[in-house]
Amino acid sequence: MIKVEHEIHHRRLNRNVGVGLLLVALIAIVFGLSVVKVTLGHNVEKFDHVLRPALEQTE
Amino acid sequence: MTDTSFYTARAGEPELKDYFNLLKPRVMSLVVFTALVGLLVAPQGVHPMVGFTAILFIAIGAGASGALNMWWDADIDRVMRRTAGRPIPAGKVTPQEALAFGLALSGLAVMMVLLASNFLAAGLLAFTIFFYVVIYTMVLKRWTPQNIVIGGAAGAFPPMIGWVVATGRGSLEAVCMFMLIFMWTPPHFWALALFMKDDFSNAGVPMLTVTHGHASTRRHIFAYSVVLAIFAVGMAFTSIGGPVYLLTALVLDGLFLKGAWHIMARDTDMALADDYLAEKKVFKLSLMYLFLHFGALLADAVLKSLGLWGGWV
Repeated sequence: MIKVEHEIHHRRLNRNVGVGLLLVALIAIVFGLSVVKVTLGHNVEKFDHVLRPALEQTE
Repeated sequence: MTDTSFYTARAGEPELKDYFNLLKPRVMSLVVFTALVGLLVAPQGVHPMVGFTAILFIAIGAGASGALNMWWDADIDRVMRRTAGRPIPAGKVTPQEALAFGLALSGLAVMMVLLASNFLAAGLLAFTIFFYVVIYTMVLKRWTPQNIVIGGAAGAFPPMIGWVVATGRGSLEAVCMFMLIFMWTPPHFWALALFMKDDFSNAGVPMLTVTHGHASTRRHIFAYSVVLAIFAVGMAFTSIGGPVYLLTALVLDGLFLKGAWHIMARDTDMALADDYLAEKKVFKLSLMYLFLHFGALLADAVLKSLGLWGGWV
């Protein structure tokens, strides 16, 4: 079993933590953006392979 | 193979900051600023979250193109002193890693701008990345001394993208902001090239100072400064201009033209006698030039929002 803590382990840990934080930030941005888009009331319904007269009037 | 060989196989294991440096952070700061001004001076406002996301990913897209530029140019970056410390020539990041990083971030940035705003803004960002990486880096840079002129377009797109994020379409004002950066780039770089004895020629990059000589470069600087001044002052009379911008443009472009004229009137002997004083002055002024012009546009937008300025007509 290798127990010796090499400097490179420390560097990799820092990098992995950094990447993790960046991914969390990306998720937060996408989530925040979704919330804003929905609350702004943009038309989130679109045509879905069937005729939707109600949508056509609002387009 | 021993256990230790795992750790010594690659001496320069990359850290996060090496990847960050691939994004050319100093260029990114200008992109953030100009894109933000383009967004804020537009007549339609956007939700802060939409604006924040768009600006962030415009900057990341610009950074990604920087990483792809470093991937392609690793051979010449190694030769030039100014660029020898970049992550690839320094051995911290491999060219393949830079390529993968640049491509992944480019895709992410375009997609996020599309999600946050509209197709036109995302398309413009994709075109900017393509233009900088393929047209400028791969084709023009090593082929023509006009590389700086045409390549400058890549740096000129961000305020236009910012504007399109807010409005969803292009306009005269967006074109003016584009032209301001586009016409500023050549005199800015050529003033630097006159006094900086960089080793572009060793690296096989044709610079105007090397291919056409200093006298021709000096004439080019003045000619571009005249066209720049026309666009810069002209923009004051569009819907985004105002008193602060007009005053700033008149003062700065007057100084810039005076400096460019001074540069054209000198020759290399005169420049050597005072250690390129006039050239260095114009270069320093050019560093402030864009920040002050775009800052003035922002100031007029604030005046307008406070009701202190209602436009020229």
